[in-house]
Parts: sequence; structure tokens; C-alpha cells
Amino acid sequence: MAELFVYGIVLGSIIALGSIGLTLVFGILRFANFAHGDLMTAGAYVALFLVTDLFRWLGISNENLGPLSLGWRMVFAFPISMITIAVLAILLDYILYQPLRRKRSSTVVLAMASLGTSFIIQMIVLILWGGDSLFYKPGILRPALELSFGIKIRPDQIFIILVVLFSITALHFFLKYTKMGKAMRATADNPELARITGIDTGRIIQWTWGIGGAMAAIGGILYGIDVQLHPGMGWGFLLPLFAATILGGIGNMYGALIGALVMGVVQQLSTAYLLPTYKSAIAFIIMILILLIRPQGIFGGRT
Amino acid sequence: MSLLKVTNIIAGYGETEILQNVSVEVLEREIVSIIGPNGAGKSTLLKTIFGLLTPKKGSVKFQDEEITGLSPDRIVSRGMGYVPQVENVFPSLTIHENLEMGAFIRKDVYQPKLDEIYSLFPMLLKRQTEKVGRLSGGMRQMVAMGRALMLDPKALLLDEPTASLAPLLVGVIFEKIMEINRTGVAMMIVEQNARETLKISDRGYVLAMGRKVFEDTGEALLKNEEIGKLYLGG
Repeated sequence: MAELFVYGIVLGSIIALGSIGLTLVFGILRFANFAHGDLMTAGAYVALFLVTDLFRWLGISNENLGPLSLGWRMVFAFPISMITIAVLAILLDYILYQPLRRKRSSTVVLAMASLGTSFIIQMIVLILWGGDSLFYKPGILRPALELSFGIKIRPDQIFIILVVLFSITALHFFLKYTKMGKAMRATADNPELARITGIDTGRIIQWTWGIGGAMAAIGGILYGIDVQLHPGMGWGFLLPLFAATILGGIGNMYGALIGALVMGVVQQLSTAYLLPTYKSAIAFIIMILILLIRPQGIFGGRT
Repeated sequence: MSLLKVTNIIAGYGETEILQNVSVEVLEREIVSIIGPNGAGKSTLLKTIFGLLTPKKGSVKFQDEEITGLSPDRIVSRGMGYVPQVENVFPSLTIHENLEMGAFIRKDVYQPKLDEIYSLFPMLLKRQTEKVGRLSGGMRQMVAMGRALMLDPKALLLDEPTASLAPLLVGVIFEKIMEINRTGVAMMIVEQNARETLKISDRGYVLAMGRKVFEDTGEALLKNEEIGKLYLGG
């Protein structure tokens, strides 16, 4: 049980990176981005391309760093994938969601557009990499470290938790102390008042997508390191992402973090009693329960 | 000299025209009040001046420059501030952060301005790290006015600054309005507390059914029996 709890924390911290981006975007644009999980997928596959193709071609060494199953190639892949997905997210908003907002399309139309985007991203990944499960480094699973209470944890998983902690701390300081971060919070509070105040809300929206995309990319890569890459991996994250976001209160970054950890732990603990394939069902049940207890629901949010 | 000049504005929401050919003017350093019954179009007038609504016809000039149809963020950078009636603060931000947001487009050092606003509203200084969402209506109003003052506006549009405030606070807010005005900021105030507002106003306009029905000095409007009966509650 204790071990499943630890694995739940690892899974939850990966979910957190997605749900924070989802909640930030929702906070400012009031729209449910069904393609957010697929930004995680895209981030993971961009890193795969870098690690197994481009960086090998460039001759960067792929020796493992210490006890981890990743090397310098992955270290460089992180920032490049983050930037790529940030730009992708900003572009998607520019060519797709912004025109829809200009036409004052309803929330449902925007959500459906993002659903379409989700399928497009999955299909592109499927065409480029095929439908098989892939690994950043095939073959070797590092031995687990034995902690007390019989908890076994792989060095990679400790790395994952540290990366998530670092990313969220960095985001926290950005939102709390920088001018742009404060303006992002102000715009999430009240977009019209932000415009009245002179804040260029168009730029804030770009920053929000960029940050959401970059966080999603980290989450996707970390899941790839922990488990595997698959074109449907982000789609599989959709329910836990939304459940975590709703659980934490839509638009609330810290709520999304807590919600994600809860989702991760509950999903992993469920595997002690149920087949692992039911993990998504567990996420769905939790989401329904929250929606019943919090009747304002997903599109109600804050207006 | 004319600071803000609104000429023959027709504006509204969608097909509904609320303002019918309204013309108003604010001179430099003046306090001008807009009074009238509910639904007369007072708030619509402020929103149209500030670019939140695009007028169908007519023009808005600020400092002799055409600002009709400009977006609010452009208008604010030209030296006009606007304090909406409701939702006029960022509730999840602290008092200090709200004021900082007011200075978002300032490129220079705004600390002196911040000090100035804290000395105008000393109550805000003591609680500057508190989230605004937890404050009372009066404190929120001060935060909202302070935020709008951070850019040193030449004109300030206030929409019902004393709505739903305790009577004691109404007096405080009116005092602050006069104090701000003495520093050279012209004001256009929409108010339900019409009598109190007219007392501090240089001039006033009466709107009814989207039309301007009277205009005079604040004093004259207060003495006018017909206006007293119709719009000031007898």
C-alpha cells in the first residue's frame, strides 16, 4: 500500500503539470481545452525525436547520468520540447481559438474545436511514430532503491518528483512576484477590468498558453520516462486532468496541484483492488462525484 | 478648456439603442455629475466613453483628440481612468498588487505615486498585503479609485462610487473625491446619491430615457424645483 501511495504521488505530480496548465487557461479564457492532454503527448514525442534522432545525429552522448535512465540528450530535450509546445499552444490559439472567440462562439463550440485539435494531434503522432508503445531508452530498467516500509522507488521516479517540484515552485514565484505573473492573475480574476486597467490581455493570453504548453511538455516527457510513450497517452490523461482541475476549483493553480496529487494516489491505490485498466474509470467516478457535490460544474466556474 | 467632449452619441447593446444623441462635456479640473433614474443610460454613457461599447454614431474627444472606437487599454494610456460600479477590483490580488496593476503600463518608477495613494487612503497602507476579496465595500472602492489613479489620469470616470456603502463611508468617499479633484484630476461621476454628488459638482447633466433632459451648474440643479421633484426624490 505504502508503495502504491508513493507511485500515486509520482503519477499525481505528472498529472499536476497538465492540470495546472489546464486550469490557468480555463481561468483566463473560461474554456475547457480537451486537447491539453495531447499537448503532453506532443511534448513527449518532440523529446523522443530529439533524443533518438536529432541529438544522435549531432553526436551528443547518451550515457546515463548517475543512476538515472536518461542522459545529456534528455537534459537538452527538456527546454527545446517545452519551447516547441509553448509555441504550438500559442499558434493553436492564434489560428483556431482566437477567431472563434472573436465571433463570440459559445463555450461548447470552443470545447468541440479543442476536441478536434486533440484528434488531429493524436493522428499526427500516429502517422509519424506509429501506434506502438515506445521508450526513450529501450531495454534497461534501473534497479529500484529500497526505502523503509518496504517501499521500492526507482531513481527516475525521484527525479520526476524533483522536476515537478522545481517547475511548480518556479511557476509559483513567477505568478507571485513578476509583473507578468501578477497581470496573469489579474486577468484571470476579471479580464474586462484588466483591459480597463491598461493590461494588454492579448499578450497575457499568449503567456498563459505558452506556460500551459511548456508545463504540459514537461509532464508528457516525465510520463514517457516513467512509463512509456503512446499516441493516446495524453488522451488517457484527459479525465484525471479534468477531475484534478475540478476538484481543486477551476482556475485555482494550487487547487489543481492538490487535486492532481489526490487523483494520482487514488488511481494507483485502486490497482490494489481492481485491474489497472479501471484507473480511468476511477478518475471518471471521482469527477462525477465532485460535479454532484459541486453543482456549479465545469462550465459554471467563475464568471 | 474642454478636456472630454462627447458629441451626439448614439450607443447601446446589440440592436437596442440606449443613448439617443447625448452630448456632454467635462472641462479641465471640473467635477461633472450625471444623474437620472435607473435605466437612463448613465453607466452606458461611461462605458461608451471608455471604449467598452462602440457608439453607432457620434464622437468622443479627449484632449482635442478623437478617441471614438479606441479600445479601453488605448484610452487608459491617454490619461483617462475608469472605475466601474461593480467588480472594480481584482479580488484574489492583494491591495498592493491591485495598485501595482494600476501602474501596469507605466515604464517609469511609480513608487512616489504609490506613496501618494497610500497617504490619500491611509487605511490601505496598513492592510496592503491583504487580499482585496476579503475587504469591505468601502475599502474596495478605495482600492478601485487608487488603482485608477496610478497612471496620473487627467480625467476619472466614476460609476456610482458610493452605491451600497454605509452612510458614514459615503461621506468619506465624497471627501476623497474632492481631495483627488484638488490635485487637478477632472471627474465625471454617475451617482444615485444625486443630492450629495451635485453639492460637490461644478456642473451636472440629467439623463432620462437615454436623452439629456437638463444641464446646469450643480448648485442650480439642486435649487431647481422640477428636478428636485422628478430626480432627487422631492
